[in-house]
Amino acid sequence: MYKYNNFDEAFLAERNAQFRAQVERRIDGSLTEDEFKPLRLMNGLYLQLHAYMLRVAVPYGTLNPNQMRALALLAEKWDKGYGHLTTRQNIQYNWPKLRDVPDMLDALGEVGLHAIQTSGNTIRNTTADHFAGAAADEIEDPRPYAELIRQWSTDHPEFQFLGRKFKIAITGSETDRAVTKAHDVGLRMVRRDGVPGFEVIVGGGLGRTPMIGKVLRDFLPREDILPYLESVLSVYNVLGRRDNKYKARIKITVHENGIDTYREMVEEAFVLRKQEFDGTDQQLLAEIKEHFALPAFRSGDTAKFDAAYEADPVFRAWVDTNLSAHRQADHTIVTISVKNHGETPGDITAEQMRVVADLSEEFGYSELRLSHEQNVILPHIHKDDLPAIHARLRAANLATANVGLISDIIACPGMDYCALATARSIPVAQEIATRFDDLKLEHEVGDLKIKISGCINACGHHHVGHIGILGLDRAGVENYQITLGGDGSEDAAIGTRTGPGFSYEEIVPAIERIIQAYLNERDTADETFIETYRRVGMAPFKAALYPDAAKKVA
Amino acid sequence: MPRPFTPKVVTANDLLEGDVIYFTSDDGWTREMSGAELLTDEAHAQLRLLEAQKQNLKIVGAYLADAKAGENGPEPTHFREEFRRKGPSNYRHGKQEAAANV
Repeated sequence: MYKYNNFDEAFLAERNAQFRAQVERRIDGSLTEDEFKPLRLMNGLYLQLHAYMLRVAVPYGTLNPNQMRALALLAEKWDKGYGHLTTRQNIQYNWPKLRDVPDMLDALGEVGLHAIQTSGNTIRNTTADHFAGAAADEIEDPRPYAELIRQWSTDHPEFQFLGRKFKIAITGSETDRAVTKAHDVGLRMVRRDGVPGFEVIVGGGLGRTPMIGKVLRDFLPREDILPYLESVLSVYNVLGRRDNKYKARIKITVHENGIDTYREMVEEAFVLRKQEFDGTDQQLLAEIKEHFALPAFRSGDTAKFDAAYEADPVFRAWVDTNLSAHRQADHTIVTISVKNHGETPGDITAEQMRVVADLSEEFGYSELRLSHEQNVILPHIHKDDLPAIHARLRAANLATANVGLISDIIACPGMDYCALATARSIPVAQEIATRFDDLKLEHEVGDLKIKISGCINACGHHHVGHIGILGLDRAGVENYQITLGGDGSEDAAIGTRTGPGFSYEEIVPAIERIIQAYLNERDTADETFIETYRRVGMAPFKAALYPDAAKKVA
Repeated sequence: MPRPFTPKVVTANDLLEGDVIYFTSDDGWTREMSGAELLTDEAHAQLRLLEAQKQNLKIVGAYLADAKAGENGPEPTHFREEFRRKGPSNYRHGKQEAAANV
């Protein structure tokens, strides 16, 4: 993975020193809050309901063990012993004190991490397929491109004051695990005549006005990625609205002007921008690619794995749910669930961080990933190491076999932490997970993505959940709207609202009725929730959710 | 008839700690909502907000929050202020943690 060079280290050290001075000037009164706020936001420091919150960037979700240990140190030394994995592959701390934040940033800097551009109207952390570099179905590892974008976008003078935040996601597979169609720009690797390039998707986004991105360029040669992105951004920077915050995202710009107009303007800008690139970016990309060379995978038989799989049903259940196909047959990708039933989705303790760091070092070629689904990934594991890894994970309370199931819920922090939230989301996730665990229905129900947001900004991606839950404030009371049929994959779709919302007390029973309706409706045990929904539509779910309405009509 | 004024308290976050604080009648700050000054007159409430905001060196983001008179002082009327007063519901962190350690 990428290692900072002298330039990166010096840049970050200087930036951290600047922020330390800014904090001092805020405290001594030289800066007002209005002056300080944009400075702290540029460095990832928010003020939430109960405390400050520091959001640390994990570029394209990739970490090495020492970085993970530094994240553990931050949790222990300056926070309450845990960190929260976010839906954009970052990690945030809910309880830092203002005076400690410069020290936290310095500790991050020592391991090549930062919190730059994790907030504000800038280009945010570029997210990537969390199986990048490991997935069996991958065309090419997208992370060198993501790192190139990180370096290009960090402190890019033209794009520090965009009309609104700007999020890019990239995947190296045609299978979309990075929700590229719900980003301002999505880059999906495709092949044309055997040559890899990018399908460029623009104007996707969730939030108040959810939209699935549109194809701006069906094939972009890989070497054009920066001049093309710069063209997309420059058009947005000029054309995007600044009169209304809610109409400022690129999805609105594209929608109001039309994709064809937007494309023409981008292509026009691209002709000029491309001339400004003298090949330095390609040299840099070549250097970056060396950092992402595949590890030398060990080989060997899988006898220990086969024996454990045969003998141990708990191990078998975990293997069946938490592993994904690796590019090398005797290896596998392990998703470590950070979704224990009844616990906060994505909260990981300092001790757990150290356990996964150790495992990655001992067994996983020192690679770790965070997923936007708020789990941790060991991307390269030889199958024969799985029994040992599983035992260590069990001891650390990290071996829950629920990846992709009903309790593997994405939930934003909601009203428990977030200043923008209109309702809680964490306790709803906790209760749904606990309920279906009690019913022992989880494995019976199978593949299902529930996503919960505590406000319309949709950090919990509820629009693309097979079941989406949106928490709102209705006349001073928490109220939860349900959407069905959303999908964040390459077949991306925005979910459809079922009807009136449910109170906090009613929402878990309502989800249970939806699941019961699915179990009644599905053709076979192999038909997943989303497949059943697509086949039978909304009606049976509506009938299950609103039995009184059905009676009235009858 | 203008709508009757809903009583308010001035609340903010502490600059250094980041935690929730409330403005008191003697121009100080308290960590307990019950110790806040309950403002029942609209014009006076606006004035008190301005006075609170002057304390830029101690606080961030002062605003007027709806409140009502309770037995032991002001109480929240909305669940958001109830969470701010107490802490998150997934852990006993925040003010409820401090209360438990007394």
